[in-house]
Amino acid sequence: MGISHSRTLRCEKLNKCFDGVTALQAFTLALPRCGIVAIIGPNGAGKTTLLNVVTGFLRPDSGLCLLDDRDITRAPPHRIVRMGLARTFQDLRLIRLISVLENVMLARPNQRGDKLWAALTRTGVRNEERRNQQNAMRLLDFVGLAGKAEEPAGELSYGEQKLLTLACCLATEARILLLDEPIAGVHPELARQILGLLENLRDSGKLIVFIEHDLAAVREIADRVIVMDEGRIIADGSPSDVLNRPEIMEAYVA
Amino acid sequence: MEYVGHVLVFVAIYVILAVSLDLLAGHTGMLSVAPAAFYGLGAYTSALLTVEAGASFLVALLAGMIVAGVLSLAVSLPSLRLVDEYFVIATFALQIVLFSLFNNWVSLTGGPMGIPGIPPPAIFGIRVTSRAGFLVMASLCAGLAYTVVWRLSTGPFGRALHAIREDEVFAKAAGKDTVRLKITAFAISVALAAMAGSLYAHYISYIDPSSFTVMESILIISMVILGGAGSLWGPLIGAIALVTLPEALRFLGLPSSVAANLRQVVYGALLLLVMLLRPRGLVGKYAFGQ
Repeated sequence: MGISHSRTLRCEKLNKCFDGVTALQAFTLALPRCGIVAIIGPNGAGKTTLLNVVTGFLRPDSGLCLLDDRDITRAPPHRIVRMGLARTFQDLRLIRLISVLENVMLARPNQRGDKLWAALTRTGVRNEERRNQQNAMRLLDFVGLAGKAEEPAGELSYGEQKLLTLACCLATEARILLLDEPIAGVHPELARQILGLLENLRDSGKLIVFIEHDLAAVREIADRVIVMDEGRIIADGSPSDVLNRPEIMEAYVA
Repeated sequence: MEYVGHVLVFVAIYVILAVSLDLLAGHTGMLSVAPAAFYGLGAYTSALLTVEAGASFLVALLAGMIVAGVLSLAVSLPSLRLVDEYFVIATFALQIVLFSLFNNWVSLTGGPMGIPGIPPPAIFGIRVTSRAGFLVMASLCAGLAYTVVWRLSTGPFGRALHAIREDEVFAKAAGKDTVRLKITAFAISVALAAMAGSLYAHYISYIDPSSFTVMESILIISMVILGGAGSLWGPLIGAIALVTLPEALRFLGLPSSVAANLRQVVYGALLLLVMLLRPRGLVGKYAFGQ
């Protein structure tokens, strides 16, 4: 198993069933502190269920999720985000009516203005808003959306909305980002840009876990590939190792 | 002038009810169908404390607000983890239960006979008996309610509430404790409605259950929808319109039997027109169910 404190996120024997259909089966995994980990597998392999369970949106039937050796299995989603584990969704989730900038500001952690008394008296809220705005602008600059900060989020193109969800995820200051198909359905040029951003983030010390169907992208940026099928890991290793095994590729394609 | 002052007091009371409901229904996206129940709860708590226990007006007013806020937890704690539809049903049940209590707990509330002889407000020894004095007080309370709702619906707190309304899952993923925010919005909303109830009781000096029916809740909801849910001015405009409109109809010189029915017809037609022509209300940005 290695030394436990060198691990950030661990799953131990997670089980999850939906009406008799098994989504996770004694799923056990330990992730490193940083790097890029790709999760691949056929539809229905349990990839998104894993993400939902780890981030607190679904309760497993049994098993444990540990973040830095702290049990997060039953923690609500917002607490898990604050502990440093943020996520994006496969179906884009954003607040479409408010501006791009405000979407990012929403995700800033520990906002004093979220508290009733501070919101009523407005003490310190204006300064905090200015700081959050500057921080959000830096993140929009990083993902290349600074020019569209004032536009309603709903007016962005599909690919730009994917970038925005990434910026929101970063705004939480989480160390671990779980991304559900970050480049699916995106124009190839933009997809390249997103992959570049993920490499940047890895180099700054974050752990990126992403679900992806595009094996070329996985081969290009992942340090480690986990192949899931029927709620279990059927292969786990470096891209060159895993993606060249014929029996794995057969299971994946089938 | 007396008459205009009287109408304006009611405008102030209904502005409180409409903006407080808008915090919940318009900004947070939680449709409560029980605003009149909390309005009544404030009125009864305040009336009973002053008439039966001899409490001062301010104490009674605050007690009404606290009782309403605490009772809101009885609905919000079990129902907020569930989907929105359950919240509507839970508040509807509460509306029915509270009205039944007002109407049937005769030994406490006087039942259909109501509570007479509620003293006029006295603040630090100054009794507010004139209509002008009461209008000033009601306006200050309306201003306070408006400021509270404005501060909670703008800035980071408002952004979080709007996120819950638009996509609660995203709000959670963005790190918002959505359950706490919803409980807070509900408690503040009903405490403000209770404040309106207390003002009403001490202004009219007599309350009975007929002022706190489901129809009354629907009137308050209509004000929010007509004016525009989730906007700064919408509920204000809705409250002014629906309080003054029936009064204006009085001056058409119709027989009272016709006038009363005509009022209902005009309400219905107005709501229908707004729904058809401006589903977001007169000045609103947000339409229900979209």
